[in-house]
Amino acid sequence: MTDATTRSADHALSDGALFSTQLEWIARRAEPLAIPIGALIVGLALFSLFIAAVGKSPSELFELMWRGGFGSMFSIQNTLSRAAPLLLAALCVALPARLGLVVIGGEGAIVLGGVAAAALGTALSGAPAMLTIVLMAIAGMIAGGIWIGAVGALRHYRAVNETISSLLMAYIAIALMNHLVEGPLRDPASLNKPSTEPLAEAYRIGNIPGMDVHWGLVVGIVACVLSWILIEKTRWGFAARIAGDNVRAAQLQGLAVGPLIVGFCALAGAFAGLAGMIEVSAVQGSANGSLAVGYGYTGILVAFLARHNPLAIIPVAILLGGIDASGGLIQRRMDLPDATVLVLQGMLFVVILFSETFYGRFRIFNPDLWKRNA
Amino acid sequence: MDSDIGFWTVPLAILGGAIRVSTPFIFVSLGETITERSGRINLGLEGTLVFGAMTAYAVAVSSGSPWLGVLAAAVAGTAFGAFHGWICKFPKVNDIAIGIAMMLFGMGLAFFFGKPFIQPSAPDLPAIPFGAWSDIPQVRAALNVNVLFLVGVALAVFLWWAFRNTRAGLIVRVVGDNSDAARAMGLNPNTVRLISTAIGGAFAGVGGAYLSLYYPGSWNEGISSGQGLMAVALVIFARWNPLGCFAAALLFGGAGALGPALQSVGVTQGYYLFYAAPYVLTLAIMIATSSRGRSLAGAPGELSVTK
Repeated sequence: MTDATTRSADHALSDGALFSTQLEWIARRAEPLAIPIGALIVGLALFSLFIAAVGKSPSELFELMWRGGFGSMFSIQNTLSRAAPLLLAALCVALPARLGLVVIGGEGAIVLGGVAAAALGTALSGAPAMLTIVLMAIAGMIAGGIWIGAVGALRHYRAVNETISSLLMAYIAIALMNHLVEGPLRDPASLNKPSTEPLAEAYRIGNIPGMDVHWGLVVGIVACVLSWILIEKTRWGFAARIAGDNVRAAQLQGLAVGPLIVGFCALAGAFAGLAGMIEVSAVQGSANGSLAVGYGYTGILVAFLARHNPLAIIPVAILLGGIDASGGLIQRRMDLPDATVLVLQGMLFVVILFSETFYGRFRIFNPDLWKRNA
Repeated sequence: MDSDIGFWTVPLAILGGAIRVSTPFIFVSLGETITERSGRINLGLEGTLVFGAMTAYAVAVSSGSPWLGVLAAAVAGTAFGAFHGWICKFPKVNDIAIGIAMMLFGMGLAFFFGKPFIQPSAPDLPAIPFGAWSDIPQVRAALNVNVLFLVGVALAVFLWWAFRNTRAGLIVRVVGDNSDAARAMGLNPNTVRLISTAIGGAFAGVGGAYLSLYYPGSWNEGISSGQGLMAVALVIFARWNPLGCFAAALLFGGAGALGPALQSVGVTQGYYLFYAAPYVLTLAIMIATSSRGRSLAGAPGELSVTK
């Protein structure tokens, strides 16, 4: 924009108008940033009170949390490794949420995605590495996509509540995994921890060059960016946002709400299934009970903290990955149970949800209210 | 085993299992019925159940009295429920999402404080041997009925009666069906819902006490495997009818007992799949009883889960 063409004779006035438009622009965008950050601070403050109440030092805890999560190159890499599955697990919540659905059974899709990928990887042993890895990813995505896609279909075509059905399906998925891993797919050599046969070394996803973080992080970030483009820049995303606001209005507009819901849920499940595949191929080397360690549940928290915005998921997942990574250090140094992290997550979650009530309440974020005062 | 009763082992084990396994379902679903009838849904009962189990166990270990444990679990459950009821009264706060958060929070707190109580053993809640007349050990085992089960039966009948015949029952139903009508009657929907959710929490706490003090009868971090959530689905299936909740809880308990019963007669094939039976049954029932376009018969009008 050139100054010469925009400035008129009464440039002082237009300057003022421009300045106030900019201020309004900033104010409107500051709200979705300021409220979650404020909630985060309040949540951490409440957690400090809790830690102080059980007779430990909150400042020591936060110092350890910083050191364990972000304080050194080692801990940052640890944090990023933990953030990788959270990115995909959070997308499994955020995408359906844009349509007004609360899907919380991502854990099931992760587990089945991992089992499907491991089963294919062992069946194809000997095939070219790159091809097999891609096929494993596709298998994981299909398994997860079917699982959560079914939740969406049940929701739309049978009006079955998606929150409860997705959670029930997560328990069914875990039982299915136990059955397969203990029975038909069990590697006889795995005695203490029933697992599928270990993947050939060629089928393992390695680390990002120069880092001790596997490629899953890149996959997760790309998935978040693609999801953001899908929601914000495509007509499907636009349709989904309309349907999320008001299903009946969307139907009156002639939008195919059913395929939209099933499609978004299937994509969400596919991302979670991909997380399972990455967990198998990059971390575990086989499918086993470690697939169900709760990434799906932490992903719910990540998605809500990010207000279901795929781009915001990236920093939030890294933050929660860091808190997760510091759990071991806190446990060892302060003699606190490992559930301390769970308590913190629960507190943050409650405070974040509570903070929803403050949107539109603060005058400073709402330019429409500024003038009324004058 | 001296007396061989062959095939009858399985149905007997399922009957006994149904009575044993169903008790937490009965309490959680009755509590959730009260909450949902008032127009809110509390998914946090899973967390309340786990926290109740831990509290009951810890108090029973420290005091030596299992009943004090049950009481403490009920008080803890009330606190959780009241918190849920209070926080949901603010605009734009989603009761389902808060429930998920409370589930996480309750479990976190339970694991946090429960760590020292994994080792010691607490006194059990007493059971009444209704099967004492029989010489067959399996019959005796199946009919060894815990006192809390009987309390649950009595509560189901009482609530069924109370929803129809008492002033309190009417108030809860009006608030659940139409907030505006309730306000016009001079009722405060938020207060009624807070009380209903608190009572629901107390019931779930008692359900948790049963888990840790009778069956399975110990405290560990895997004590509940979604019973609190299945109970929420069960309430919908039971059409918000306390007697229906009782029947559904028995059915679910039986499904949950299927795996162990078959294992006891030597069926080991697909053992882990039988663990999924209650979840599959819940899901199948939800699919069978829901339908698009037609609202559920008997559903409270203000309930978000059926909208």
